[in-house]
Amino acid sequence: MKIHEYQAKELFKKYGIPVPEERICHNLSEIQAAASEIGIPCVIKAQVMVGGRGKAGGIKIAKTEDEVKEYGEMILGMKIKGLEVKKVLVSEVVAIETEAYLGIVVDRTHKKVVVMSCKEGGVEIEEVARQNPEAINKVYADPVFGLFPHRARKVGLFLYSEPKVAFACASIAEKLYKLFIELDASLAEINPLVLDKSGNLIALDAKINFDDNGLYRHPDIEAMRDRFSEDENELLAREKDLSYVRLSGNIGCVVNGAGLAMATMDLVKHYGGEPANFLDIGGSSSPQKVMNALEILLKDENVRVIFFNIFGGITRCDDVANGILAAKEKLDIKQPIVARLTGTNEDKAMDILKEAGLIFASSMDEGAKKAIEVLKGV
Amino acid sequence: MSILVNKDTKLVVQGITGRDGSFHTEQMLKYGTRVVAGVTPGKGGVSVHGVPVFNTVEEAVAETQANTSVIFVPAKFAVGAVYEAIDAGVKLVVCISEGIPALEMVKITGYLKDKNCRLIGPNCPGLISPGEAKVGILPGHIFKPGNIGVISRSGTLTYEIVDNITRAGLGQSTCIGIGGDSIIGTKFIDCLELFAQDPQTEAVVLVGEIGGRDEQDTAEYIKREFKKPVFGFIAGKTAPADKRMGHAGAIISGTSGTAAEKIKAFESADIKVGETPAEVARLIKETLS
Repeated sequence: MKIHEYQAKELFKKYGIPVPEERICHNLSEIQAAASEIGIPCVIKAQVMVGGRGKAGGIKIAKTEDEVKEYGEMILGMKIKGLEVKKVLVSEVVAIETEAYLGIVVDRTHKKVVVMSCKEGGVEIEEVARQNPEAINKVYADPVFGLFPHRARKVGLFLYSEPKVAFACASIAEKLYKLFIELDASLAEINPLVLDKSGNLIALDAKINFDDNGLYRHPDIEAMRDRFSEDENELLAREKDLSYVRLSGNIGCVVNGAGLAMATMDLVKHYGGEPANFLDIGGSSSPQKVMNALEILLKDENVRVIFFNIFGGITRCDDVANGILAAKEKLDIKQPIVARLTGTNEDKAMDILKEAGLIFASSMDEGAKKAIEVLKGV
Repeated sequence: MSILVNKDTKLVVQGITGRDGSFHTEQMLKYGTRVVAGVTPGKGGVSVHGVPVFNTVEEAVAETQANTSVIFVPAKFAVGAVYEAIDAGVKLVVCISEGIPALEMVKITGYLKDKNCRLIGPNCPGLISPGEAKVGILPGHIFKPGNIGVISRSGTLTYEIVDNITRAGLGQSTCIGIGGDSIIGTKFIDCLELFAQDPQTEAVVLVGEIGGRDEQDTAEYIKREFKKPVFGFIAGKTAPADKRMGHAGAIISGTSGTAAEKIKAFESADIKVGETPAEVARLIKETLS
């Protein structure tokens, strides 16, 4: 789960990580009031959960009252990578001496929490990791004992030669680590970490992602979820305990299992079609779950044909068949359905569906090809 | 021969009285797995499908000499169940449960460091040595004893590929679902090290997916020291960036962890990569016959 910059900064403040003075605003009058409180010049920053806000024109420095109005009006409501800006952050201008990167992630290879730092700020760390890996300093936390103070100091000393600044940075690294562990984060990033002209460190930008598996023990974090910035179908799917991701094609896919669901999308593409979505109905799929899946799928108006790819193991094909039948009755499905149901109780499934007007396939390759073929006639 | 599970596997099922635990206990028994004990705290003394249930894993191990555990308990209790199994001294713990926070896996990894115990999973379908033993939820009927080792990050996609391999007339030595989370107990390389030593295994199939760099690291390892032929498949070529595709670990972050970079890494290690699941079986058949 992702949160906005302003929410991440609220958490930073709670953990004692210094952030600029700033206000979150929802309309122009709030922006103007915040600007006069904080002082002009000030920075106006779009709050959307995508990278590249600056390049898209979503971050501006307003030097006059007129510019506050001009930029405020411009940024509020603008679209960045398809997401509408509904909130902006008005922030004090920080006099930047140097910019650095400080971030914490779980290192999948070493199965440890790692503090990464880089003397260059504002960078995309994955890009640096690929092109210039020596530029990144990695310090690992002990899985049981945590981030030792001397290791945090190593982070500070890597970034800054002035001991006073280095130790202030170490303290920020320790606080960021504490936040990361206590809140089940999967990423906590200060990018850039700024050393200002008066020698103070400040988190100019903030990004925190959370481990979805940890959310059950952090209702306060779950409450920060911005439901408006998520795809409506994806939200609905989560409520129904289904995994769904919207894509831009027109072949709706219903699959059991995440790996097979991805492979099904890939196969549709392989044969020249465009998948409309990723949809995993999970292991023990009841007819109701299949109904829910179809309901979500059909909300996407691009879907013109539905492709069921079920490899029955724990999932019983007859359950899926009953779900399809019930959904056809209840939801008035106009789109043709191509069904590949194999494995547990596949014979029963065929019996259930023989009068249902479906197009059957005996392999996933055949199913994908048929779905594409059918599309030509629709 | 096979790896990790075989006729000598004596299994204890943690969460045996639950819906999934009970159902799959029956399935594993039918397959011929020696399920010797079950554990559900507070239900000690009853039996499930003829298998005696104990209150603790320690007791189950003492009474039945179980050497392997499989975990079917909800995520909230699964972490504790893993520690209990490790402490009871079983050599292999297979965690089917999904939803364990990554930071708990970091701690479990730390705890396992000086223990003589291997963890498979979490969020995995388990593993099977066809004709010998099945530990987990894999559908037994699609497997056939043979010489192909299979290692996979997913469940049903593995069945799809295995089904194609079996239909092509080839069997499997051991098939391991290592799990779809970002932090897992046993990775591709760990399994390859075991397959390297297993004379029965002539070739290995790696079923990977987007997210992380385990496939890339594995390709480097294979280049360095793995001598048997290796085949591969990567799911998620059409997956968008920064979206979790079902599995907690299946996410392209920014521009890293893509299917393209994994396929490239595989190919650089002379791993034959199938474009489709069916093609994987064809490639194996062509190469081995």
